[in-house]
Amino acid sequence: MASLLFCGPKLAACGLVLSIWGVIMLAMLGIFFTTHSAVLIEDVPFTEEDFKGEALQNIYKLYNQVGYNCFIAAVLYVGIGFLSFCQVRLNKRKEYLVH
Amino acid sequence: MSSLFRSEEMCLVQLFFQTESAHNCISELGHLGLVQFKDLNPGVAAFQRRFVKEVKKCEEMERILSKKSTFEKLEQELREINRNHAALRQNLIELMDIDSLLRMTEDFFEEAESLLTYSEPPSEDSVFIAGVIKQERFPAFEKVLWRLFHGNFVLRHTEMQATEELQARGAVKKDVFIIFVQGDHVREKIRKVCEGFRASLYSCPKTLYERKQMSNSVMTQMEDLRMILRRTEEYRAGVLTRAAEHVQEWGSKVKKMKAIYYTLNLCNIDITQKLIVAEIWCPVSDLTLVQSALIKGSEQSGSSVTPVLNRIQTQQTPPTFNRTNTFTEGFQAIIDAYGVGTYLEINPAPYTIVTFPFLFAVMFGDCGHGLVMTLFAVWVISQAESLRKWKNEVLNDVVIGGRYIILLMGMFSIYTGLIYNDCFSKSFNIFGSSWCVRPMFHAHGNETLHEYHHLQLNPFVPGVYSGDPYVFGIDPVWNIASNKLSFLNSFKMKMSVILGVSHMLFGVALSLVNFVHFRKFQDIFLQFVPQLIFMLSLFGYLIFLILYKWCITLRSETAPSILLLFINMMLFDYQSEHVLLYRGQKGVQIFLVLTAVLMVPVLLLVKPFLIYRTRMKTRHQVGEKDHFICFLLQVSMGDIFVYQAIHTIEFCLGCISNTTSYLRLWALSLAHAELSEVLWRMVLQVGLKISSGMGSLMLVVLFAAFAVLTVTVLLIMEGLSAFLHALRLHWVEFQNKFYEGSGYKFTPLSFDSLLKTQQ
Repeated sequence: MASLLFCGPKLAACGLVLSIWGVIMLAMLGIFFTTHSAVLIEDVPFTEEDFKGEALQNIYKLYNQVGYNCFIAAVLYVGIGFLSFCQVRLNKRKEYLVH
Repeated sequence: MSSLFRSEEMCLVQLFFQTESAHNCISELGHLGLVQFKDLNPGVAAFQRRFVKEVKKCEEMERILSKKSTFEKLEQELREINRNHAALRQNLIELMDIDSLLRMTEDFFEEAESLLTYSEPPSEDSVFIAGVIKQERFPAFEKVLWRLFHGNFVLRHTEMQATEELQARGAVKKDVFIIFVQGDHVREKIRKVCEGFRASLYSCPKTLYERKQMSNSVMTQMEDLRMILRRTEEYRAGVLTRAAEHVQEWGSKVKKMKAIYYTLNLCNIDITQKLIVAEIWCPVSDLTLVQSALIKGSEQSGSSVTPVLNRIQTQQTPPTFNRTNTFTEGFQAIIDAYGVGTYLEINPAPYTIVTFPFLFAVMFGDCGHGLVMTLFAVWVISQAESLRKWKNEVLNDVVIGGRYIILLMGMFSIYTGLIYNDCFSKSFNIFGSSWCVRPMFHAHGNETLHEYHHLQLNPFVPGVYSGDPYVFGIDPVWNIASNKLSFLNSFKMKMSVILGVSHMLFGVALSLVNFVHFRKFQDIFLQFVPQLIFMLSLFGYLIFLILYKWCITLRSETAPSILLLFINMMLFDYQSEHVLLYRGQKGVQIFLVLTAVLMVPVLLLVKPFLIYRTRMKTRHQVGEKDHFICFLLQVSMGDIFVYQAIHTIEFCLGCISNTTSYLRLWALSLAHAELSEVLWRMVLQVGLKISSGMGSLMLVVLFAAFAVLTVTVLLIMEGLSAFLHALRLHWVEFQNKFYEGSGYKFTPLSFDSLLKTQQ
């Protein structure tokens, strides 16, 4: 338990803010992708073959894939956020001990 | 009545108070923070003022706060503690030497006894001496002993183990030595040598039992000493922390005293040395507060006579005082940074509270960035007091002082972001787009869709454009259109011109308020009305053209360009092939241009002519011999003409250049939108386009990069840039229509602001 602390107070606080922003924004992006929003068409990695045959379903499947990627990234950011929160708490405790 | 609309009415008041109560009265006024003392001895140099000695004393006290006479007792106590501490430490070191000596001599004695049993039996004169010497001196010591006794001695030495304690106290390395010699008389010699080498000698008992006893007693003594030293250190720390608290208090008291003496230097002392006369500027509405503060001050000092307030009339210009609260002081500060308003001039601050964040937001327009900015501002507002402790200058003044400005900028940016339909460069489709792709291509089959990469949506094809524009803001279909910039540029440029001309017309209207207040009714007809007509007939008409063209239905191939219409209007160029927007346009335009051109000589000539006529009249009324004096005293007619000409040219040409200057609203918003889009496409889209599982990991990393770049480039850099440009638009284009800004700021004697700035 000696040194679970690996970053200073400022880095931990930045990590926490970044994670909160990441969770909210990536979750919303995931929702918009899974509801097949047209504005995000340029972010979907389609190729020429996707337009042959069942074009619409292919594109929808790609949309869903990207959406799930976003959700997984959001979950990863929840983890990073939790880690940063622990670092913030450990830093605060260390600050009180020194005084 | 005090309001932000105009600066407050000030009055010059004479104060008379007794010398004894001076200190208390001024202290009370300082706490009130509402009066500004005038310098009654302006010709006197700083070192000649009456209270210069007291001011110097206060300054010295500030500098060497801890050593002042009031702290002598504290100083004595600290000195004593330090002395005791040093003595105790010395004792401890000696005891430690003895202790290690005793431990090491054990081995020596065993060795010596074994040696002596082999050689002759121990005689009574064998002497041994034990001591401690510095390690670096030992070789020389050994040499001297050799020379002295020619090897007839046994010398053993070991390095003393440097314990942690000794190392911490900075002791040098020492060696323990023990000498065995024959003969009693040599004892003195050895002692002298040891003294020469500054080795400390310790008496070492011969028997084992005695040595053990000595060792035990040394141990207990050491323990006691260690405890005493610890206690001493704790006590010293306690005394110092208590003193530190008082230092803060004393510091603020000294600052207040210095301010009071400095103020007293500004006053006049009566001949009888019993009365002090001061002149202060004070807001009229606060006179009763000042009176009650003075009464309180004189009561505190125990004087029987209450101070006398005497309001006097004066021709001097009073300072400008705008009463602000925490919210408005930021906006007042950015107005005052350019120029403090003339006394009783209209204050642009209340309008700036709305127009400044709005113009910023027009240049910044992105609801995602606006949201981040608003949240940041809310955090700064909630943590304002604790953040003030950070000594960083930039952070304190700009971020904390301007936290309400940043909050409003963020909120307005969310609004304009919704209008531009731009959130991190993507649009929201909340209400359903008005454009439909299917009717464009289905009628002719789907071949067009499959064959061509670039497709065109023609609004004249039935069904493509629903006829009702998008409910609020720009239609989301433009976000994925390839000619997005052509449409948005045209829209934003026209919007900038409309906003600019409206802002400037508002500025001209404010000049009317100033003229009415200062009773310059002539100027209303000679300056305000011609300026208004000039602006409206040219640039007001431009706005009309823009709005009219937006409202009517035109085919884009044949629509006339507003810029060309405007240029042709100024050049009176009405050739038949140029399309006009409405019937009768030619007549209207000719009339407007002629009106505007007519206003120029009105602005240029009428006012100087009227001044000339009034001068002629007074010259006739005044006698002959006063002509010369009058002529010398008046400003020459040439100067008046030149001044008026400059003013007219500045206004007329300024109209055009300032209108064009407002196009920066378009330019910066374009830059912001493009930067935002580039950031999305180059950073985040790379992670989104990976469809496999690795995509999520890449997304995590790339999102962090996207967030950092958004904050540094788009929020901080673009934010500062838009802030600066919005500020410039206010300072130059808006304020040069009505603002004089030639006053001086009201700086009251206030202890709160004094202590705050010194922190």
